[in-house]
Amino acid sequence: MKKMRKGKADSKIAALPKINDFVVKFANINGSGSASANNMFAKAIFRMGIPVSPHNIFPSNIQGLPTWYEVRINEQGYLGRREGVDLMVAMNEQTIARDIDSVLSGGYVLYDSSKALADELRRDDIHYLPIPLKDICLREFDKPSQRQLFKNIVYVGALSAFLNIDFKVLTSLVSDQFRGKEKLILPNIHALELGYQFAKENFECPLKLQLKPSDKTENKILIDGNTAVGLGCVYGGATIASWYPLTPSTSVVDAYGKYSKRLRIDPGTGKKKFSIVQAEDELAAIGIAIGAGWNGARAFTASSGPGVSLMQEFLGLAYFSEVPVVLFNIQRVGPSTGMPTRTQQGDLLSCAYASHGDTKQILLFPATPKECFEFAADAFDLSDRLQTPVIVMSDLELGMNEQICDSLSWDDKREYDRGKVLSAEQLDSIEKFGRYQDSDGDGIPYRTYPGAHPNKGAYFTRGSSHDANAAYTEDGDVYAEVMDRIALKFRTALDFLPTPEIAQKSGNALGLVYLGTTQSAIQEVLDSLTKKGIGMDTLRIKAFPFHDCIKEFIAQHELVYVIDQNRDAQLKSLLKIECNVNEDKMHSILSYNGVLVTAQHIEQAILDSMPKLGKSIKVQA
Amino acid sequence: MSYINKPRFHHPQLPTNEIGLTRRDYEGTLTTLCGGCGHDSISAAIIQAAADMSLEPHRVAKVSGIGCSSKIPSYFLSKSHGFNSVHGRMPSVATGANLANKDLYYIGISGDGDSASIGLGQFCHIVRRRINMLYMVANNGTYGLTKGQLSATADLGSKTKTGEESLYDNIDLATLAIELGASFVARSFSGDKQQLVPLIQAGLSHKGFAFIDVVSPCVTFNNTDFSTHGYKNTWENHIALSAVDFVPMRQEITTSYEAGAEKEITLHDGSVIHLHKTGNNYQPYDKENALHHINAYKKEGRIATGLLYIDPSMSDLHEVLDTVDKPFNTLSNHELCPGNEVLMGINETFR
Repeated sequence: MKKMRKGKADSKIAALPKINDFVVKFANINGSGSASANNMFAKAIFRMGIPVSPHNIFPSNIQGLPTWYEVRINEQGYLGRREGVDLMVAMNEQTIARDIDSVLSGGYVLYDSSKALADELRRDDIHYLPIPLKDICLREFDKPSQRQLFKNIVYVGALSAFLNIDFKVLTSLVSDQFRGKEKLILPNIHALELGYQFAKENFECPLKLQLKPSDKTENKILIDGNTAVGLGCVYGGATIASWYPLTPSTSVVDAYGKYSKRLRIDPGTGKKKFSIVQAEDELAAIGIAIGAGWNGARAFTASSGPGVSLMQEFLGLAYFSEVPVVLFNIQRVGPSTGMPTRTQQGDLLSCAYASHGDTKQILLFPATPKECFEFAADAFDLSDRLQTPVIVMSDLELGMNEQICDSLSWDDKREYDRGKVLSAEQLDSIEKFGRYQDSDGDGIPYRTYPGAHPNKGAYFTRGSSHDANAAYTEDGDVYAEVMDRIALKFRTALDFLPTPEIAQKSGNALGLVYLGTTQSAIQEVLDSLTKKGIGMDTLRIKAFPFHDCIKEFIAQHELVYVIDQNRDAQLKSLLKIECNVNEDKMHSILSYNGVLVTAQHIEQAILDSMPKLGKSIKVQA
Repeated sequence: MSYINKPRFHHPQLPTNEIGLTRRDYEGTLTTLCGGCGHDSISAAIIQAAADMSLEPHRVAKVSGIGCSSKIPSYFLSKSHGFNSVHGRMPSVATGANLANKDLYYIGISGDGDSASIGLGQFCHIVRRRINMLYMVANNGTYGLTKGQLSATADLGSKTKTGEESLYDNIDLATLAIELGASFVARSFSGDKQQLVPLIQAGLSHKGFAFIDVVSPCVTFNNTDFSTHGYKNTWENHIALSAVDFVPMRQEITTSYEAGAEKEITLHDGSVIHLHKTGNNYQPYDKENALHHINAYKKEGRIATGLLYIDPSMSDLHEVLDTVDKPFNTLSNHELCPGNEVLMGINETFR
């Protein structure tokens, strides 16, 4: 893989101020209380109407290791990551050399000057913003915990002066954050003011990096994907969450619990219309969800690579015995334990064909928190309709970082699609019930819930081979009939799954195929390529199995770039297997260093490939 | 898992129970287990227990794992839904099923390989979770379907048909269940229907996790004179700590029970267990005492059976989680979805 380009290579002395287009990065020590201060910074910018995208780059650790919070501000709405830092808040001595090294020429370093900065950390092409954070806090606060925590608030106050953050927005954020704990509001505002005053008195404010109020976040929200998933599960009618704690999926169930406690309490009795079971492991977590799905309640589990590996046998059972279950896979870096707190799209192949034998699983690929909410709710309908597992393939980047997206909405006329479930009355009206009979010719059989009818509709669910009436069989032809019917069901699935998002102009010879969080970089790539005279069509995949239009899209282009956030070009492999696409029709763009792929990386890979393409391909739009 | 359909005709005067069903209404498909397998006696005991207490077959859900034991649910209550899941994972499936609908009876059938080896973790945790169900282990000390390997419940020194000797101490699921907080723990012998049937009835009526470890000999692989799980040893060495009679809730409790009944235990659903003295004055309310008795008999090479421990007052998972009375699987769209207006308010918290 190509080494990411370092900031200095892009050197540009900022002669003119950068307005609403720069990157601020906070280098902290985890466990030092920086997270809420940094969040406040990002949210203040959001409230000023300016598009902002914060990214956590954090360790698998509770206290003491380096953690970064990278905030991109971009008026045009480019919300993917961008390499190179315009302003570094360097609060971690362990990493300060590397952190200062990543600052773009002409950029700034804010640091705690209570201790002198070592000479070797001086660069002559950047500006230093020394603030004695520790000394200020020692002077102003008595409690040891406040002396530590408020260092973070003081630098946010200073940034407010440096960047022109509306101070009123910050104080309103503090009031919102500590609603119910009013005692904490005044000291926090005091800390903000200390930083603001110090910056105003000692530096020329604002800097060459400036924020200007805008209107680009109207009707938008700033929310992380896992919270949106948890909320989607509440709206989608899930009553059972079974899980085993695993980064980065844990906050899915946290959010489901938080909203259920507010929204799923029976007003008459105060009892709960939801349940959360922290299981002994991921095998049990999915087993519980499958048992519930079999018995007619909507259930889900959330996990990540190591947990999903453990669920394989159960996923095969649910596939073959046709039991609905919803699994959220918040992907992280594998293989094995990998990098638990970094992002990857590394589970495409292992989930598409999860479990032994001929299996296939329904996958959904959300790209934004809004889609996390929608796909979470849709997953329950799809799983009930198709009587098979649905795996929602999010990732750490989407799950654990706040992102700007459109407001969430729910159609109150929508009824849950519980699929083909026969009631007692319906059972009475049919002659004979056969659990796995294809009465409608779409491959989807009818099912019954246990306890539905005294004499009809009982059947035996099993992972062993069965006939159309659910009876055990070792007759190979009968087995094959059932397998063929399930294959037909998966073709029917395409009528229900979300179709790809395609942007196509006639005459473009090149295409770009991608899914999930890669979307955050695409508009920036396209705009930049257009400026260079290169036209490119795009297709964003939202579900697996693939719709026919994906194959057609590839056929309509001379060459298609397939972007994978993994080493082995897993999306490209899936396209090859499922769409029978010739290898030389596709060019892989790979990114697997654990952080979100950048527009610069994608564009560079495309430009690098151009000379090799030969003259036969017209790149002009 | 039978290839042969069971004949459906029966004697016209077959007696009916209180809900008008005959014994035949509680049967399953024809067994495919070996002739003389203890497991078939367990099926027969469940059929008799369910028929005698007039259970509605469709209000029962049967769950199992993998192995000879896990085939058992096919051989009783064919009007009930069944779920033959994956090896050792029945407890999780039972947990989910029970959460989805608290109003059914759940019968879990497992084996010693299924519960004491591959599924030991799940077994421990379903006990902790207090699922309201009857969990039975058909315990034969051997892996039958894979042709006779020793299992984790085989006693030290016990020998299989091929002469293989167990080199390790056994795992006793009954003592484990008591230690982990099961509120109903019994042990029985598939050959002793008189003991097993009322235990099954009491276990079904008990609210909370009811566990019965049933010694159920494998006639093909583990029924030698040197096998502690064979018929010979179990007949000779099982000793009932307490004898149980069961009076279902529907029957008015006017029956004067046999002399010698010394204690009545009223279960959650109004049914009553009558405990009889068996000469040793055993009281099944004290965990320490139960463990002491089981282990003391074990030292003598004997198998303590009967109702070993009971706490009729313990809560089940739904009470622990404080769930609504209505089963989750009957809650409607309207009862579950908070709607768009609430969502608009939630949006505001993300601005």
